[in-house]
Amino acid sequence: MRKVALTGSGLTKFTKEDISIDSLMLLAVKSLFESMPNLSQKDIDVVLTSTNDNTKYLSSIVSEISGIAPKISHSVESLCNSGANSAISAFSYIASGLADIALVVGAERFDSPGLVLEWDKSRGQYKHPIYWSSMFTKSHIRKYGTSKEDLAIVSAKNHKNALDNPYAYFEKTYSVDEIMNSKNLTDDVRLLDCSLPCSGSAAILLASEEAVKKLTDTPVWITGIGQKTLSAGFTKNAELASMESTIDAASMAYKMAKKEPSHIDVAEVHDAFSICEIIEVEDLGFIKKGKGNEFVRTLYETQDRRINPRGGLIGAGHPLGATGIAQIVEIGQQLQGKAGKRQMSQAEVGLVQNMSAAATSSSVLILQS
Amino acid sequence: MTKFEDRLKEGEFVCSECQKCKKLVWPPNDYCSRCFGKVKWRPVSRTGKIIEFSKKDDTVFCIAEFENEIRVMGSLECTIMPVIDQELRLVKCSYNGNEEFVFQLK
Repeated sequence: MRKVALTGSGLTKFTKEDISIDSLMLLAVKSLFESMPNLSQKDIDVVLTSTNDNTKYLSSIVSEISGIAPKISHSVESLCNSGANSAISAFSYIASGLADIALVVGAERFDSPGLVLEWDKSRGQYKHPIYWSSMFTKSHIRKYGTSKEDLAIVSAKNHKNALDNPYAYFEKTYSVDEIMNSKNLTDDVRLLDCSLPCSGSAAILLASEEAVKKLTDTPVWITGIGQKTLSAGFTKNAELASMESTIDAASMAYKMAKKEPSHIDVAEVHDAFSICEIIEVEDLGFIKKGKGNEFVRTLYETQDRRINPRGGLIGAGHPLGATGIAQIVEIGQQLQGKAGKRQMSQAEVGLVQNMSAAATSSSVLILQS
Repeated sequence: MTKFEDRLKEGEFVCSECQKCKKLVWPPNDYCSRCFGKVKWRPVSRTGKIIEFSKKDDTVFCIAEFENEIRVMGSLECTIMPVIDQELRLVKCSYNGNEEFVFQLK
């Protein structure tokens, strides 16, 4: 298998703007090209688009409006982990030798059709994501004594981190009290414990070891990949205080990269709701099971940005198809030492965890400078 | 509309059971996810237990489990807060473009 590196990236500001999906994608691609003067459209042999939008033939449209005539182009849709999965597909094309340079661009509009999975009859009349997150939250509260304050701390931390992310939707901090007193959507989920659907786009350029030399002096290598889909139906999650798909995907990624959780210097995890980050830091092995609440509290109190430095989904916003790619962009910048005010010192190994549909599917990538 | 939705509309909660290997296919489908055999539609026991619950406004909602494997979300009519594993009954189900399940504590 050939080595594959992240060589460049582009982002749009996450907003509530009413803008077409192809226009959003073009803006991220334009931003990527502007930051990579040695890159020409002719160099790109794969264009993958990631979104839940229903626009047809999107990867070809984006290729045409970007002046690219790729060998391989198609869309990837997997609800909220569409982004990471499209990056994994691009990785595979390069690792296998089918391609050398792949452009991956994800985007979503604020009114995405990917917010609710109609197929899942096991959710009954409770199809909106706040209901599955209430079940996860209640279960973690019951088993491990997680408090509403612990949940609010995740949101306060990630909103604070997002202040230093110029592309984030939110541009203000919230106190733990404000978050705890925000609207109760259910007994277990408050409004400010939720990520917000928005419009936004993110693009990355992956390249083979041979092609890297022309593109950048600071490649970031993708050394571990894991992906696991347990089911599509939410109620197949046997254990609600855990994310089995994340445990499996992380195990595969760590094994492939020959790394342990203790080696991870910085991580972007899928905090669709506050409870998700608490469960994920446990299931990714950063802390013992049941201690995720204490872990995030320490991060908050010590202003440690190692988890979700760009503000996560809660602080940055959640344009579904762009999210996984924006997470990869952040870890790439951290490992290149280009994360500005968000920079973690001496970050050499990073992790991205992107999941979908009530953790029925998870994707984990490990990146190294 | 599928057979499942048809029957739900009539107030009956049915599941798909493989005619060959007897696996319960849930969420329901026309073919078995284990052996791809054809399924038959049969009623699900109306007595189950609570796996997890929360509350929105004045309505408790929960994951209920029937026959030790079929888990489904619905609203729970109760005057006191339930406990995990407490027995419940399915008292109403319907389909109006969306599935709806209503449970009561036993």
